[in-house]
Amino acid sequence: MHEVKYIRPKSLADAVQIYRTTPGCRPLAGGTDLMVMLHARTLRPEPRAVLDLWSLAELKGVLRAGDILEIGAAESYTRIIASRDVQRHLPALAAASRTIGAAQIQNRGTLGGNLANASPAGDTLPVLLAYDAVVVTDRRSIPIDKFFTGYRRTALQSHELITAVRFPLGRRVAFRKVGTRAAQAISKIVMAVSRNPARIAIGSVAEVPLRARRAEVALERNDADGAITAVAEDIRPIDDVRSTAAYRRAVTQNVLRELLDAFARS
Amino acid sequence: MRFTLNGRTVSLDIVGTRRLLDVLREDLGATGTKEGCGEGECGACSVLIDGEVVDSCLVAAGQVEGRDIVTVEGLALQDGKLSQLQQAFIEHGAAQCGICTPGMLLAAHALLQQSKRLTADDVREGLAGNLCRCTGYTKIIDAVLSCTK
Repeated sequence: MHEVKYIRPKSLADAVQIYRTTPGCRPLAGGTDLMVMLHARTLRPEPRAVLDLWSLAELKGVLRAGDILEIGAAESYTRIIASRDVQRHLPALAAASRTIGAAQIQNRGTLGGNLANASPAGDTLPVLLAYDAVVVTDRRSIPIDKFFTGYRRTALQSHELITAVRFPLGRRVAFRKVGTRAAQAISKIVMAVSRNPARIAIGSVAEVPLRARRAEVALERNDADGAITAVAEDIRPIDDVRSTAAYRRAVTQNVLRELLDAFARS
Repeated sequence: MRFTLNGRTVSLDIVGTRRLLDVLREDLGATGTKEGCGEGECGACSVLIDGEVVDSCLVAAGQVEGRDIVTVEGLALQDGKLSQLQQAFIEHGAAQCGICTPGMLLAAHALLQQSKRLTADDVREGLAGNLCRCTGYTKIIDAVLSCTK
């Protein structure tokens, strides 16, 4: 049985350097996904080392700069939920973070991990899409709608590290997750909607967290009924252990109606 | 590597990618911490790192370098007397088969450290990451609530 080496970099610059020069190196943050796969030896390619980003000060914190809120890639959901700036300016992100696992997972899970893992069921990912967040890496900024390129595939290049996520402020986003129970559930569907500009972002209904583009066009014309009809064509749900395609299609339409009704009332 | 386990400094020469759960049980004999699902779903392996409750099956041992770890063995008071919470679990019959109990105690302890003013719903939410396979939740919630008074 081969050993996977543990590497703790001293700084972000150190991490970037090690990641570039160490073959078979895999970044690790809170471990909520990666440690399961590492222990079960299901990671492909099999890593020879993990690069622990969890304690890097450069990847922590919630920082307000003008009309941007920047959240460190390794900041925990617990700290994100507790941030006054997040509560005030990004309530949908706080709401989504509260639905992730329970205390144990919220204390360890991170936005950087949710992005890098790129699960179609990642609970914060539709929220990022609805806010038009920007993924910041060690070398560039990637608009979130260009980030997910396929099932668990991302636009990250080799040896590219996510360092932060930037959110433009001043947008109202509504969030809803449907799972089997209130806590510790992987979503059957998860949705985040902005009315202006029109953004309808949905998880667990396709191979990637997606923007429902046809529905957004209808919503842009203030045609809520048209958006609810169109969203069924935008998604590509499957039958799996958590739900069925038919259920997901029906619930996606119902949740979109609920969120748009809430916007109309407020 | 070094860290603090239940108030004592421990020094180990280990592969940092091993699970904290395994290091606690196999290397340090702290077998109060149980393995349930091994996937971060059940909370049986809950421990405190710097006061925060985490699933030790999801933590790489190297990540606790310099940190303060508390397991169920560290909950009792200095003189060996059980904590108020542990005593409440006994008095309310909050332990059945016992495998969830160490994790429940640590999650509840962390919750009570944050606030002593808790409703039954707060306790349910705070313990949502800890599954009881005997489904004995009512008595567990009662035991935790008795410590809020």
